[in-house]
Amino acid sequence: MVLDILMIEDEPNIAEAVRFILGRDGWQLQLHADGLGGIEAIRQARPRLVILDLMLPHRSGAEILADLRSDPDAALAATPVLMLTARGQTPELAAQADAVLGKPFANDDLRAQVRRMLA
Amino acid sequence: MSSRGPTHVLTGTRIRERRLSLSRRQADVARAAGISPAYLNLIEHNRRPVGEDLVQRLAEVLEVPSDELAEGREEARIAALREAAARLPDAARGLSPELEQAPEFLARFPGWAAVLVASARRSEALERQLVALSDRMTQDPYLLTTLHEVLSAVTSLRSTASILAEGSEIPEDWRQRFHANLNEDSLRLSNMAQALVKYLDSFETDGAIFTPQEEVEAWMAAGTPPVEGSGDLASDAARLLARVHLERIAEERATLPDEELAAVAGDERDPLRIAAELRQPLDLVMRRLAQLGRAGFERAGLLVCDGSGALTLRRPAPGFPLPRPGDACPLWPLYQALAAPQTAMSHLVITPEGRRFATLSYATRRQPGGTGGPVLTQAQMLILPAETAAASPALPAIPIGPSCRICPRTVCAARREPSILRGS
Repeated sequence: MVLDILMIEDEPNIAEAVRFILGRDGWQLQLHADGLGGIEAIRQARPRLVILDLMLPHRSGAEILADLRSDPDAALAATPVLMLTARGQTPELAAQADAVLGKPFANDDLRAQVRRMLA
Repeated sequence: MSSRGPTHVLTGTRIRERRLSLSRRQADVARAAGISPAYLNLIEHNRRPVGEDLVQRLAEVLEVPSDELAEGREEARIAALREAAARLPDAARGLSPELEQAPEFLARFPGWAAVLVASARRSEALERQLVALSDRMTQDPYLLTTLHEVLSAVTSLRSTASILAEGSEIPEDWRQRFHANLNEDSLRLSNMAQALVKYLDSFETDGAIFTPQEEVEAWMAAGTPPVEGSGDLASDAARLLARVHLERIAEERATLPDEELAAVAGDERDPLRIAAELRQPLDLVMRRLAQLGRAGFERAGLLVCDGSGALTLRRPAPGFPLPRPGDACPLWPLYQALAAPQTAMSHLVITPEGRRFATLSYATRRQPGGTGGPVLTQAQMLILPAETAAASPALPAIPIGPSCRICPRTVCAARREPSILRGS
């Protein structure tokens, strides 16, 4: 079965709320709580969408995104990524990620963004 | 013009301006002050010196405090006016203020001159405050981490509260979990807010110390405390740094005692010649001269950096612009020395405020790990006010700054980021 969303987020309460919101919309979601092993988790799960926090322990979301975009598996490298950031959007981030959502976000904005990206 | 120079020229002009502002005749004022109209005329045209007693009498006649007319304060005021002009914002750079007429401006419009100087000083104070706050906001890891934590807690609170507020069916186990999360996040947010307020309150302390290096620098600048005194420092890192610094100072002082160094430095100001005469390494002599604090080196500063360019010791010379730790000007000759070890480099530098310093930079290399070990480079720069240095280098002064972010120079080949001071 194809996984809809892999979310890499180290804040358990944010992850839990997002899991509930998107799960209620019918999306299959898996969580990974650390920057370390983030790219391996993506390679293993091969999700349709990655929701990636920017500020992660051990390895930042930007580094994981760069790893993903340079993956030799072209299909995996093209996986859509929705970046969550509390630090504002940088040109580098905008160029690499498919969409960027600032923290704190409205649940409906997150749901709409995910719907668009998985349509 | 009299041989006494421009200060009493000003006094004469100020006397004349004050008299004219009161619409009083020269003869009346002269008579009231007990001098002849012809002598007052010469004074007003700056062709005769004015003694203290006469200034006092004229001030009484002209109903003005004597120091408004007298010499002394004027030089300082003219210097303040020139400094205000030197600190012009870039947008006004093309205005070319008539610096040579600053004395005349001060004499004719003392009130406006005072306003201009006060505005320039306030601007300078605000710049200093801005730099300090900007440093904190952009470099302070505690602040950055805490703000990130606050945003994370707020994000969680907002999402969770929205879910509960929607009113739709929520399974009981999820509802309980969300309530627990709300409680946990609100408690976390409350603690962080209190910690942040306490931390931000410390910003009010002007020039507050916040890194171990700054703490040690301030502690050492307060005197030459004993190694055991390092227990007064706030952090373990600062205490360790202090102990390392002080132990090295003690070792170097034992190798080259103050009296021995002062005896040579009193006659010879060139550090290379001092080193040759004392048969000691130049880098040791430079560090010891900065420590000596006498024999012409009272206002000496010293910067030391490692091979990465990180400053490991900052003992500023008065007026030399230093940024907070972790930042520096790439044009400091210190960094040129890194590229040419064992070569003493003498440069004249000029700060954005127009202060000139003679610098001597020198780098050394060592391999403490043996032949196969890493090569460690260290550079140091001895800084002396240009007027106290042995000889000013023949080359033009290098325009330097503190660091790009807080440097007002817009045209600089080495600029790596815009300045927060001038919107460059």
